[in-house]
Amino acid sequence: MSAEKMSFAQALNAALDDAMADDENVIMLGEDVADEQGGGVFKVSKGLSDKYGTKRVRSTPISEQAIIGAAVGAAITGMRPVAEIMLMNFITVAMDQLVNHAAKLRFMSGGQTNVPLVVRTTTGAGVGFGGQHSDMLEAWFAHVPGIKIATASNPADAYGLMRSAIDDEDPTILIENITHYGMTGPAAKPGYRVPLGKAAIVREGGDVTLITYGRGVGDCLKAAGQLADEGIEAEVIDLRTVSPWDEEAVLSSVAKTKRAVIVHEAVRPFGAGAEISSRIHEELFGELAGPVQRVASYPSPVPFAKPLETAFLYSVADIVHAAQQATEKKV
Amino acid sequence: MNKPASSPSLSPDMARTIYRKAYLINRTDERFRAMLTNGELAVAYYPVRGHEVIAAAAMAALETEDYLVTTYRGLHDALAKGIPSRLLWAEFAGKRTGTCKGKGGPMHITHPETGVMVTTGIVGSGIPIANGLAMSSQIRGENRVAVASFGDGASNIGAFHEALNMASVWKLPVIFLCQNNQYAEHTTLAAGTSVSSIAERAAGYGMPGVSCDGLDPASVYEAMSEAVSRARAGDGPTLLEARTFRLLGHIFGADYSYVPKEDLSAAEERASMAKLRQWISERQVSEAELTQIEQEADAEIEEAVAFALESELPDPDEIRFDIYETEQAA
Repeated sequence: MSAEKMSFAQALNAALDDAMADDENVIMLGEDVADEQGGGVFKVSKGLSDKYGTKRVRSTPISEQAIIGAAVGAAITGMRPVAEIMLMNFITVAMDQLVNHAAKLRFMSGGQTNVPLVVRTTTGAGVGFGGQHSDMLEAWFAHVPGIKIATASNPADAYGLMRSAIDDEDPTILIENITHYGMTGPAAKPGYRVPLGKAAIVREGGDVTLITYGRGVGDCLKAAGQLADEGIEAEVIDLRTVSPWDEEAVLSSVAKTKRAVIVHEAVRPFGAGAEISSRIHEELFGELAGPVQRVASYPSPVPFAKPLETAFLYSVADIVHAAQQATEKKV
Repeated sequence: MNKPASSPSLSPDMARTIYRKAYLINRTDERFRAMLTNGELAVAYYPVRGHEVIAAAAMAALETEDYLVTTYRGLHDALAKGIPSRLLWAEFAGKRTGTCKGKGGPMHITHPETGVMVTTGIVGSGIPIANGLAMSSQIRGENRVAVASFGDGASNIGAFHEALNMASVWKLPVIFLCQNNQYAEHTTLAAGTSVSSIAERAAGYGMPGVSCDGLDPASVYEAMSEAVSRARAGDGPTLLEARTFRLLGHIFGADYSYVPKEDLSAAEERASMAKLRQWISERQVSEAELTQIEQEADAEIEEAVAFALESELPDPDEIRFDIYETEQAA
């Protein structure tokens, strides 16, 4: 990291710019991504079509199946497409291309083809976009062998995950949290990589492990601060990659703290937290001081009105409360 | 809508090539069904009887490096594009020596060396992928074209609409080859499709729509050649409909009683291999040449069947490989 600051959007833009400069096989396609259409709805691709041309940075019709299908086709010829699906709920329109094709072509072809595809998409509750522009759908893709899914909690990781996802020989979905674009943080050095499948311990502590990703990282750090005031030292793990997730990092931390709380913005039932919790119980059951806790959003569609939206999203207080419960029977 | 007239201009060389492909497809399909019937193989199979000439003549208009995306009813396309019989048979039999190590099976044939990039089991899904192959060729400045092969039923799914619009807007070097066999599973064209000719739909995308007789080699070859030339010249996509009739059930073993007997017997007459042989023989291809083509194809099939039957099944441990680039834990 350098002393220079960068916003999330700038970090993503820099990662795409550097990747396109390094490899002419890197192309971008998505709705309004070219400069003539504004350089992306959140300006993430601003300046890139002016620099690399509209052959490589292509604004598309509003056709999610055609976007992902074209990206899959280009990828199996060795190009490295970065396809933007403007909002994560729109990915439902392209599920066939992602689940039946991108994820499976390497296997079904016996390794003759592979799909080095990156899908960028944004989502997140709390900004009043309501039921069809806010869902966190990472668990759906975590349930599909052959695809990877990752999300950054800070600008430098956003840069590093993007570069790694573009390098990767398999399809990767990168979720950008809609509340993160303006966030600033230390800038990544050009060429920085965050390896896929590797978690980061963003705060060390010995009493309880808070396991999270994306927006949950900032919330868990806030909760950890409050817990520290009560004498509870929380370790915070940023998974960064949701699938395949870093089991080793999580299990070795929980083996130390004996207590775990999993935090994610997606709704609780059948979420990523269920799998992580299950694996912790399977591997460490006898060593745990208590059951693994989950903090997640309420299982309703994302509501519009503010009080309802607030009732939907988990809060920092929920994390603190879960950690307190986990540490109640302190040994 | 243009309707190319059947012309006698097909060269003897091309007539021989088309016959060789069509005969190989016909005999492979027949042999495969016989093995399913007598229990030597047990797999889901979608017969291609009635589609031989379309694949043979259309693929004859392509180069090996041109891309193809086809569907689960794709044996004819795969053979016509040039996949060696033995690799295809071994994959159909689920053997480790198959095109895809037995991991794909009949519905998921891939063989990049002959340009067969994807075989999809999802109706219509290959169409957007063909755009991506064509886009790659366009960006890289290659001369390759991409062909999406699909049925009339696929023209009713959303992917068809999205893909044809995008291909037209971007002038992609792609040919949408619709093999109209009059049936979408058990539903007739009239019962499930708003137009009687799929080619009419091209007008909605601002691209040429051409309908040809899928049982006439010259009609298919000429229409396909024109579409390929248009794509290579940078003039964009073509929707090419090749009309035929599905002479067997949707899937091997399925009920076929819903097809009117008179329609079926008329189609069988039009699609007879003897008629094709006669037609080819009128294009300066001698009886001796035809016999040689047939003997070579028969031998190729026998060798491929033996290879498939003798080959070993995949090792169970193979499941860990090709999910991702890095192997997975046992």
